[in-house]
Amino acid sequence: MNVVDRNLGRAIGPALFLAAAVLVILLPRFMGEFRLLQFTLVAIYVIALLGLNILTGYSGQISLGHGAFVGVGAYTAALLSLGRPGLEAFQLDPPSWIPLGDGMRPIFTIPIAALVTGLFGLLIGVPALRLGGISLALATLAIAVSFPIVMKRFAEVTGGGGGINLNLPETPFGWDISTRHWLFYEAWVTAGIVFLAAWLLTRGRIGRAWRAIRDGEVAAVSSGVNPALYKTFAFGVSAAFAGAAGALLAIETAYVNPDTFPVGISILLLASAVIGGLGSLAGAVFGALLYVFLPIYAQKPPIFSFEFADQAPGVVFGVFLIVIMLLLPGGVAHFFRALVVAARTGRFRRRSRTSELA
Amino acid sequence: MAIPARPALPALDVSPAVRTLILGLGGFLGSIAALVLIGLVLTQTEEAFTWSGYWQQVVSGLAQGAIFASLALALVLIYRATDILNFAQGEMATFTTYIAWSLMNHMSYWPAFALTLVLAFIGGAAIERTIIRPVEHRPEIVVVIVTIGLLIALNGLVAWIWNPEVKAFDSPFPNRTTEIGGVVVAIQDLGVLGVTLVTVILLWAFFRFTALGLVMRAVANSQDASRLLGVRVGWMLALGWGLAAVLGAIAGMMAAPSVFLDPNMMLIILIYSFAAAVLGGIDSPVGAIVGGLVLGVLINLLGTYVDFIGGDLRLPAALVVLLIVLLIRPQGLFGHKVVRRV
Repeated sequence: MNVVDRNLGRAIGPALFLAAAVLVILLPRFMGEFRLLQFTLVAIYVIALLGLNILTGYSGQISLGHGAFVGVGAYTAALLSLGRPGLEAFQLDPPSWIPLGDGMRPIFTIPIAALVTGLFGLLIGVPALRLGGISLALATLAIAVSFPIVMKRFAEVTGGGGGINLNLPETPFGWDISTRHWLFYEAWVTAGIVFLAAWLLTRGRIGRAWRAIRDGEVAAVSSGVNPALYKTFAFGVSAAFAGAAGALLAIETAYVNPDTFPVGISILLLASAVIGGLGSLAGAVFGALLYVFLPIYAQKPPIFSFEFADQAPGVVFGVFLIVIMLLLPGGVAHFFRALVVAARTGRFRRRSRTSELA
Repeated sequence: MAIPARPALPALDVSPAVRTLILGLGGFLGSIAALVLIGLVLTQTEEAFTWSGYWQQVVSGLAQGAIFASLALALVLIYRATDILNFAQGEMATFTTYIAWSLMNHMSYWPAFALTLVLAFIGGAAIERTIIRPVEHRPEIVVVIVTIGLLIALNGLVAWIWNPEVKAFDSPFPNRTTEIGGVVVAIQDLGVLGVTLVTVILLWAFFRFTALGLVMRAVANSQDASRLLGVRVGWMLALGWGLAAVLGAIAGMMAAPSVFLDPNMMLIILIYSFAAAVLGGIDSPVGAIVGGLVLGVLINLLGTYVDFIGGDLRLPAALVVLLIVLLIRPQGLFGHKVVRRV
């Protein structure tokens, strides 16, 4: 590879990021409120999947509980944005030791929700990681199943099965755009910030340590990497991202409800992260697009004139997941990368040479 | 390379069979003593406590635990042979239970039961051959993700084929209670315990006394050595998956009359079974059975006698208990410590 080639290669990432940013800014001009809502959801799941990708794709651990982490973020945002007076207006009676405040503008709850969820993740992750192996997947799966049950049980804080309703925030600064429009930008700007944070985390020393652990823990230890420390950190960051996504989800949909976060969400999030492409930040974007649009198009394929049953998306997701793992473990992101390489070298590599996952 | 360390032998200078007998008997008497002790504590703390009600809860806990034990045994079987946890085990069980439901529309219970087991065996082995085999030598995480894909696909497929509405499932046992020594127990519970007991004994006899069982144990011990001795390792693994699917099918058909037929019916049972397998030590069949029974009784007693937990917080409570046990004894009750060598 000559120098020009290498510089071109380095420019591709930022160029794509800018192109995506321009696309996002222009997108609302071409679509109605409903599509806008769908693309806002895409931004939200980009954030959650970036977190999951850091965990699974970079540090090689599996979480089947990210739906619950999104849920924790959502509840945190809902409780904080209403505050104690707002909750009491709904006949809820949160115990006085929970610091709820008097309500705040929803956007400010996003970083707090991320922090709270990150700490919650550490609380779960530290013992689970100590056990090692597959126990993290088991512990997180258990969290995912327990989450709706626990939310329903402590109804005096969470509103129980009925959940909590919020108000859609007003567009600030006297801007002349609709609330949906404003929420679209809020979600995508957050996604952009999180994307950059993920990029900074994964490109340097920390990212290298994560990949080393993923591709061979024993070798990583021999090179002076402390796996427990880095794995725990990855889990915390990952949960925090999911929490930020949850806060945005609560703000965007204006309600939180235990049944919005069933265990299936957690499993489909993992599936989307894998199909989108593990070990690639762009993979999170593909994954989020899949997560939002695949269920719709799997039920009603765009070209054909028939409809599948409601259950088709699950089957399609599952089969995709298996086929991707068998044939193209790097997912959609790797597919495009391999295409670019193939265009130059004439050779399509199904798998990366360096890692089993990317 | 993970090598199981040799289990520490207690200082008993007797033959292994006698030793097993002593330990088993000791464990049995110990558990009864523990249960009596818990009951004695409860007589002090609970106002409306009755011993017959208490033993009734224990028996129904055992019946629930027997279902966890069957599925946990299936997980352990696959884990011992291939070092992977099969996240699709529960959905495989659900799928076969639905097949049983369809068959029972055309024939009586026990023929349908037997035919389901045969189909489950074929299905389990076929899944190993077609889906698991290609990823066999890839890292653990890849295999786990494939089993998760299988979970999603089977779950969707069940709902697609049989529609997601909840269905009733026949039980071969009468829906009555009987009295044993002053304790009222459901015949359904006794039946579940009986079926599980027969299954476990048959499985044990298969591994202990048949040549095929011996070969399968050899494969679980060392695939390379078995291959050098001319064992067709791939087929033995498929056989293991088939047997695991049979165990799952039994668990599903035993659970279905009480939890009803529903595409997600095995999910919570799967988590309890994971917990049971991990509690017992993930590589120990005896541990899976004991873990399942202990968990079944534990959640039933916690749910009945601890008001804060009640009916709905059983699962989280069971997981907290599991976590505490594992922090004290990471290899589980009967598991082997894994020593890593570089």
